[in-house]
Amino acid sequence: MASAEVALKHTHVEKKKKVSERYWQGSGEEKKDEAPGGSHVPGDQPAPLGSQTNQQTRASEKKKKYKAAERHGKKAITRKPDPFPGSAPVPEEKRLKFRRKMKIDQLPQYLTKLRRVVASSQAESEITEKESARHDQLLLQEDAGFLEGDEDEDTCTISQEDIADAVDITAGAKYFNLNLSQFGPYRLDYSKTGRQLLLGGRRGHVACLDWQTKQLLCEINVMETVNDVKWLHSEAMYAVAQKKWLYIYDSSGIELHCIRKFNDVLRMQFLPYHFLLATASATGFLQYLDVSVGKEVAAVGTKAGRLDVMCQNPQNAIIHLGHSNGTVTLWSPNQKEAIVKMLCHHGGVRSVAVDKTGTYMVTSGMDKKLKVFDLRSFKPFQSYFLPAGASSLALSHRGLLSAATGDIVQVYRDVWNTPVKKPYMAHKVHGAVWGLHFCPYEDVLGVGHGEGFTSMLVPGAGEPNFDGLDSNPYRSAKQRQEWEVKALLEKIQPDLISLDPGKLSQVDYATFKQKHQDKVKVLGYDPLARDKFKPRMRKKGRSSTGGVIRRKNQVAHEDKRVSSSQFWK
Amino acid sequence: MKVKVLSRNPDDYVRETKYDIQRVPRNYDPTLNPFEVPREYTRAMNATKLERVLAKPFLASLDGHRDAVNCMAKHSTSLSTLLSGACDGEVKVWNLTKHNCVRTIQAHEGFVRGMVVRFCGTSFYSIGDDKTIKQWNMEAPGYGVEEEPINTILGKTVFTGLDHHQKNGTFATCGQTVDIWDEQRSTPIRSFSWGVESFSSVRFNPVETELLASCASDRSIVLYDMRESMPLKKVIMTMRSNTLSWNPMEAFYFTCANEDYNLYTYDMRYLEKPVTVHMDHVSAVLDVDYSPTGREFVSASFDKSIRIFPKENRNSREVYHTKRMQHVVCVKWSADNKYVMSGSDEMNIRLWKANAAEKLGVLSHREKLAANYNQKLKEKFQYHPKVKRIARHRHLPKHIFTEAKEHTVMREARRRKYVNNVRKHSKPGAVPMLSEREKHVVAVVK
Repeated sequence: MASAEVALKHTHVEKKKKVSERYWQGSGEEKKDEAPGGSHVPGDQPAPLGSQTNQQTRASEKKKKYKAAERHGKKAITRKPDPFPGSAPVPEEKRLKFRRKMKIDQLPQYLTKLRRVVASSQAESEITEKESARHDQLLLQEDAGFLEGDEDEDTCTISQEDIADAVDITAGAKYFNLNLSQFGPYRLDYSKTGRQLLLGGRRGHVACLDWQTKQLLCEINVMETVNDVKWLHSEAMYAVAQKKWLYIYDSSGIELHCIRKFNDVLRMQFLPYHFLLATASATGFLQYLDVSVGKEVAAVGTKAGRLDVMCQNPQNAIIHLGHSNGTVTLWSPNQKEAIVKMLCHHGGVRSVAVDKTGTYMVTSGMDKKLKVFDLRSFKPFQSYFLPAGASSLALSHRGLLSAATGDIVQVYRDVWNTPVKKPYMAHKVHGAVWGLHFCPYEDVLGVGHGEGFTSMLVPGAGEPNFDGLDSNPYRSAKQRQEWEVKALLEKIQPDLISLDPGKLSQVDYATFKQKHQDKVKVLGYDPLARDKFKPRMRKKGRSSTGGVIRRKNQVAHEDKRVSSSQFWK
Repeated sequence: MKVKVLSRNPDDYVRETKYDIQRVPRNYDPTLNPFEVPREYTRAMNATKLERVLAKPFLASLDGHRDAVNCMAKHSTSLSTLLSGACDGEVKVWNLTKHNCVRTIQAHEGFVRGMVVRFCGTSFYSIGDDKTIKQWNMEAPGYGVEEEPINTILGKTVFTGLDHHQKNGTFATCGQTVDIWDEQRSTPIRSFSWGVESFSSVRFNPVETELLASCASDRSIVLYDMRESMPLKKVIMTMRSNTLSWNPMEAFYFTCANEDYNLYTYDMRYLEKPVTVHMDHVSAVLDVDYSPTGREFVSASFDKSIRIFPKENRNSREVYHTKRMQHVVCVKWSADNKYVMSGSDEMNIRLWKANAAEKLGVLSHREKLAANYNQKLKEKFQYHPKVKRIARHRHLPKHIFTEAKEHTVMREARRRKYVNNVRKHSKPGAVPMLSEREKHVVAVVK
């Protein structure tokens, strides 16, 4: 009987499983639990009984907590406490990407309402910054591409065929050649979403196709010299700079407009957020055409001769022109003269490219040099020597630079951080390179040359995660229509183009000063002038000279540094 | 070699069936969305322009009175009921949702001077030129039963204003003295007077329910505490105030509508200077009422317009006028903060929207988000000159526009003469430079 009772005592019924220890709990907690258990003497009964008392203490503690919570009127949820409370932390470097410039650092003490408003708006900005950084870190779907060679292998010796064989079938199909040897060297342009490709051959062949499905949208021959081709805001229209004038075509090849005001156009750039087509002509004129209304916005006479080299800064819509005397000039439609003139090369400038963040400009010249400039300070950064000079340059979204010499295309990685010794990749095409463009959201470089078009794979070039509201390569027709309407409503007026796009959000000190001066003249006194701080004389002998002077000095720095009417200077 | 080329699976980016919603992957990288400030500025311009296009504040006109509307009363518990009293002694109860009159009572002989609904909502009081205070039932009597007041109190002199306590069964009237009445008694329990001939209006403080304020004919505003036997203090101004209204959110602020075309917001504790002077009307301001949020108030003026002012601003944010609306005598802001009711000389009560461009009714979630976003954009860029010019633009009737211009010229001339003729040729310090706030208070008497 006794043995049966003992056997009953040691059954599994009504016995909770012993919870195994987690690494974050440590062994201290276990000991803490055991100590108030009371009668736990080392060397006592084996595991079952000891764990029983442990379980009992834990259960009784839980009950106490439940009762206490009930007493406070809150419903208690019997759940283990979260060992990692709160949301996942985001490291500081990731948050820096989303931080806008916070200008206001030191405000005088008496501007209480302004300080409160600034503090609250900065707090809101911080929340948004954290949310964007968390989204960036955790919720983006794709990863960027990469190419790493083996220990003895150089990445620039890996051929396109090898890469195409090594990757999956859809990515491998992105490497292809179009043999179009009849109609001259080809210029190309990718649409903003990267789906459509526009090819323009020198002798008049213009074709637009969806290069991933190889579906031809239109193919025409304009029977004239074609200098440049450019997509307008969507895949519905494109502009062709022909021998004499500028023509606008529909995506099915129908000629929509022939704009005679724009003559001898050599190069074109499309500013997507302003709906402006900027054209550089052989007569030295830089003309801007608003494609939504169809009016010429500005015609700037650059007086610098034939304008052959052109690129845009995507962050502030400024046009960079390269000239044969080695200078690069920066233009906006609001000024008759160049905003900035930089001397870059000893010989003529052959090509200019600006990166997507708007911080670096890469130029190549007749003196066989390749230079990197910092656009915030307009100072040279790096300088490389290329044995044959680069005739075309292109920069991808992730900072890969491709330079073409003759019929060889070389891709360099990380040109501005560390001095580059050898190219990342290289490829020889069939003819002399005439046009070079990276596809926006793909790891693909399009090369237009004398024998047609080549699309080559450059792992790590494209931005992996696009923003669906900005340009979505997978958008339906309905989404495209909605996007077009919203983009037209948000079209930025051309008189807002300047070197600093955020200028509108800054305080207009000059106008404030002017208005303040007028007000003082009208009123007869300065309404913002404050009286000097007079410390209050305290009674009962508590106001000694030393004390008065000390209290005055506490506020002296404010009087000296900033007086309210001078604050805005 | 290790190689990976970007290749996206279209299944992750394109929806499966046409009954799904479209997928929109987001990337908040600032380089992918450049020109933040100019685009926001353009959106703010569009929002401001749209607001002006959609600003249609007039909702309905309540027709039925046979004489000028003299006073209005908001129902304390029902949002759709409004009571109004006319100059022929008629009191009408309106249903605001159906825009029709529910009940008509011939309450007094002579003007109906004031009306107020009791806090419980079951009865209301009205005072008239026949020196009576009558209490009526809120429910209409049955079929065939005559309209009879629950209670009638005969007074000795004409009463000009009436207000009821927020919680207790007491009410206050003003005429030649300010009287506090208990509902059960037929004589006032307390009478305040301060050597003044007559009072034009009396108001209970909605927060500090024992405090009262009244406008007197000696150009002063008198403050009382119901528990004391003497008035607390009074402030004497340059011209007489017609009515006043307490801020329902901030217990110590009240705004008075003055005869010198301005409204003054006072802090009850510091009556030496008004907190703000609100200057936009071109004729005497007859009535003022606060919004239930306490952030704005509406004023009715003898120039045939009503204006909405933010509580701390000197100028109005909105002006409502119609060719058909003549001198506006009384105005009320509805208790759900959405509507403004105005009663005017030509026997009509008009119902307006408090926010002229607001879409009424149930909004979908996206509509609400879009409205909030546009509101925030307009606030962010409100000081840019082009945006400000569009947001401020209001059409004014010719008489108000010319009067306002005249007044600006007159004020400018007065200021210029003060600075150049008086101040420049006086001993420095003898003639002080007074701000607008300091000019209108004559004295504070305790």
